[in-house]
Amino acid sequence: MSLRVEKPGLHTTVQDLGRAGWRKDALAEGGAMDRYALRVANLLVGNDEGAAGLELTLVGPVLVAETDMLLAVCGAYMTPQVNGDELPMWRPFWVAAGARLSFGAAVDGCRAYVAVAGGGILTAPVLGSRSTDTRAGIGGIAGRALRAADVLPCGSRDAAPAWRAATPSWSRRNGWAAPGWFAPPVAYGGGAADGIELRAMPGAEFGRLREAARSALFRERFTVAPASDRMGVRLTGPPVEFEDVAEMLSHGVVPGTVQVPHGGAPIVLAADCQTTGGYPKAAQVITADLALLAQAKPGDIIRFREVSLSEAQRIYIALERSMTELAAGIQLRLTQNR
Amino acid sequence: MPPQIAIEPLGDRALVVKRVEVSDHSDTKAMADMAELLRAAEASWLIDIIPAMDTLTVVYDPLAILQRVSDGLMVSNAGEAIAEDRRTMRRSGAEAGIGDGWGSPYVAAELEIRRLLAAAAGNRTLKPRTVEVPVHYGGIDGPDLQQAAKRSGLSEEAFIELHTSVEYEVAMIGFMPGFPYLTGLPRELFQPRLISPRHRVPAGSVGIGGGQTGVYPLETPGGWRLIGRTQVRLFDPARNEPSLLRAGDKLRFVRIDRRDLEAEEDMS
Repeated sequence: MSLRVEKPGLHTTVQDLGRAGWRKDALAEGGAMDRYALRVANLLVGNDEGAAGLELTLVGPVLVAETDMLLAVCGAYMTPQVNGDELPMWRPFWVAAGARLSFGAAVDGCRAYVAVAGGGILTAPVLGSRSTDTRAGIGGIAGRALRAADVLPCGSRDAAPAWRAATPSWSRRNGWAAPGWFAPPVAYGGGAADGIELRAMPGAEFGRLREAARSALFRERFTVAPASDRMGVRLTGPPVEFEDVAEMLSHGVVPGTVQVPHGGAPIVLAADCQTTGGYPKAAQVITADLALLAQAKPGDIIRFREVSLSEAQRIYIALERSMTELAAGIQLRLTQNR
Repeated sequence: MPPQIAIEPLGDRALVVKRVEVSDHSDTKAMADMAELLRAAEASWLIDIIPAMDTLTVVYDPLAILQRVSDGLMVSNAGEAIAEDRRTMRRSGAEAGIGDGWGSPYVAAELEIRRLLAAAAGNRTLKPRTVEVPVHYGGIDGPDLQQAAKRSGLSEEAFIELHTSVEYEVAMIGFMPGFPYLTGLPRELFQPRLISPRHRVPAGSVGIGGGQTGVYPLETPGGWRLIGRTQVRLFDPARNEPSLLRAGDKLRFVRIDRRDLEAEEDMS
């Protein structure tokens, strides 16, 4: 099976859950910015949750299915269409060979994910992952974003039991079919005046912030700047200034670390962030909310809400347990032939 | 003796190990050694390790480490210690309301890291290597050499001679894949960074930025003064160990002429 890229969109890349384990060589973990959306999309087509899919950014691509296939789209709402009809998100859908999937600009959220049944996108893995790392030039197709005329090898129908079990009962029209059930969609709240709330712990250097900055960080609103990318989400807003600007030796940083370079404009590090940095750390966004960070687009408002380490880990564990339940629920739907 | 360390959280799935009472400042590979010892333990909950100059950052899986605690698989040299640890973990877990009474993932990870490092304290660590990096200085490979030499009050020849005379030490790998932070640059060769960075620095470019010298492993934007270029690949995803260098390694730049650089290019 394969997908052909008719138009590439703004920045469409192959992503799975990343290549953790190589940070000692300063290689980013990478992987999907919104791991929740990719995991749900994979579950909906019967894949392992970590299979490689496509990450669409701000403006989506036009894709053509070169064979019959089973897909799912989760994440940002980009007015998706299949053969000119509205494409149903957060649920599996089947398409006949020649089907055209087209995406427009992101209306709610910033990144959408396309999963393909039978094992996902099967470009060659590099250091244990198919994720595209454009900085290192590895993964996906030649380590770069997709271009027109790229052809993506996809999993096989034989490797997609859910397909055989579920799809025959869906009514087909206009070259596609989808069931009536779906996974709970997520609304991202971009553009809303009160903005997107990200829960965060105070960072290691929080105590060195000026008093005004300490109170502003968890109270004021910040705006996502246009220069944001997969390495980091740049914010503008009240300056976040430190009492002293003592130089720090480079130290480890991870996605979610809120770094503050001289000048006081915070950067929330994201999936492709450097492994080390020398700037003080004002806060750390909790893992569960990195999916929301991924969906914040330039111009969106962000607020931080303080949580403790224990709360953050409790939220992490609760989310992972709810994923296990969701996976079981989807599996049941797929095999019950509805 | 196990190293004296302090541990603090970095969010909900990473922690930072710091060495306290660093007695020997020349021991730049201490954190890299600790990283190797932890890697060798192949713990299921240990996702990634970032060794830096005076810290080690460990990314862990909060669910996997809780599982390990509840399975009773935590390794311990002393039964009493683990019983005490479990009381600590239960206490902190009860406060957090997580882990079915087994404790906080952070506390469990901290305890397990302390235990692994103490158990591995006598183990052999990797020997530092000395790596020679052949460089063609100047010309189109080192467009800033002429100006840099002038700024240092040296002839280009003398500048190159000084740059190749030193044995540099890798303090850490960071900034970009395979990029070595090198110590040992002679003060006379220090150079200010470019005011506006180049949009594109070719892979293999050798540069000087402030008091540091280094090699760009990949094509990237960059603000260092470029004095030469090498064909040696500092980062290669096809290798078992993608980074050519690790902390503690020694590095020498060796001058070659352009024909030799081209010959190496033909071979690679």
